[in-house]
Amino acid sequence: MSAWTRKDLLGLEELSAEEIRLILDTTRAFKGVGQRSLKKVPALRGKTLINFFVEPSTRTRTSFELAALRLSADVVNLSVGASSLQKGETLKDTALNLQALQADIIVLRHSSAGASRFLSERLEASIINAGDGAHEHPTQGLLDTFTILEKRGKIEGLKVAIVGDILFSRVARSNIHALIKLGAEVTLVGPTTLVPRVFEKLGVRVAHTLDAVLETADVINLLRIQHERQRKEYFPGLGEYIALFGLTKARAARLKPDCLIMHPGPVNRGVEIDSDVADGARSVILEQVTNGLAVRMAVLYLCAGGAGLPS
Amino acid sequence: MKDKSKTLLVMDADAIRKAIRRIAHEIVERNTDVSRIVVAGIPTRGVEIARRLVDHIEEIEGVRPDFGVVDVSMHRDDLSTRGRLTAVVPTELPVDLDGRPLVLVDDVLFTGRSCRAALDAVSSFGRPSQIQYAVLVDRGHRQLPIRADYVGKNLPTTRAEKIRVRFENLDHVPDSVSVVKTEEA
Repeated sequence: MSAWTRKDLLGLEELSAEEIRLILDTTRAFKGVGQRSLKKVPALRGKTLINFFVEPSTRTRTSFELAALRLSADVVNLSVGASSLQKGETLKDTALNLQALQADIIVLRHSSAGASRFLSERLEASIINAGDGAHEHPTQGLLDTFTILEKRGKIEGLKVAIVGDILFSRVARSNIHALIKLGAEVTLVGPTTLVPRVFEKLGVRVAHTLDAVLETADVINLLRIQHERQRKEYFPGLGEYIALFGLTKARAARLKPDCLIMHPGPVNRGVEIDSDVADGARSVILEQVTNGLAVRMAVLYLCAGGAGLPS
Repeated sequence: MKDKSKTLLVMDADAIRKAIRRIAHEIVERNTDVSRIVVAGIPTRGVEIARRLVDHIEEIEGVRPDFGVVDVSMHRDDLSTRGRLTAVVPTELPVDLDGRPLVLVDDVLFTGRSCRAALDAVSSFGRPSQIQYAVLVDRGHRQLPIRADYVGKNLPTTRAEKIRVRFENLDHVPDSVSVVKTEEA
């Protein structure tokens, strides 16, 4: 049986397939906790978790907060508005201060790729990456993979299309690493500007129209167009994007009957996906949210345990 | 320094089968309505013993008690000192526990901490009318005021010794209970 020995979760690229499977197996157990009448276990009693978000986020932060509370940890939320980073303190100094407050786990969201690795090498606390720039968002990759696994019973051999703003997407990168390691066939779909061919080096295919994958995909994961990350225009306009890449009702009708429709949220209704399709029977968007909670409980539990290793 | 360990077989497959069968008889004797009881194992090997107990009870009484799994890992108090973590097995208690007798099953009773964690875990599922505790081996060295209601074998040990329980269907070696003595030579 494989074992977890890490104190941090920085990305899925460095994990083995066995480690990813172990997190997914553990997630199944923690999902069960949410279905009990008493939704709380004492695993992290006495531990302090700080949600350190240097980039705005509501759903990921709330999910981590709820996950920590269900594990009986004490939680403090620190967002950029309240932080001294605005007063010129460096990330390292702020983090050292968090550690001096005896935080056991720091969940970090930051706009720079590698920010969580930087902290993990300098702090004894467990560092959980909740998104670092366009690099990785490991818990999102895990919850997407878990949702597919739960719905389809396997990952190996499934055809997964990830659609949209791949270039700026940490969600896409974490999904790619997890899915490839577990044996899925991944196709990235989007305009050439947002899905450059260089991604093929990761072992995925690239397509430049959604129509190319509609009839064969087992899973379609639609990413949000991240207006805030695009410093210049990468496609002519939303109308054009919808025409080529929007999952409209007409396109959804051509999908396999059991194709899963996923979206990491927040959904731009009418852009990436039609409202009716987002609310349709094949959509698992809200299940992703529920599973996110279980994945984060599993990750916090495993990293808190991994921190007990003699170094 | 070289590690030299000595393994001593204390129960073979036949002895294990007889011990589990005797416990099944004791459970039947003590619980007047077998159809009401729930037999739940603590992963990993407690689950296997619970499964065998359920089979034996059905053979003896003609009624199959409900079977379950109780994960204790997320209820333990030593998470940060364990280091190596393996995947957590989901708790499966298929029925409403309220007002029913529950038999918790584990392979080895040692410090009593797994049992305490199991009692804690069960409390978030319901309120059994009573909880009984069955173990294949009681090796002593309790750290909590806990005792077993059903014991397959009492085995006095030193703290340095380890008890190894193996089941053919899980470990691909014949069923056995052995004492492993580790000596520094």
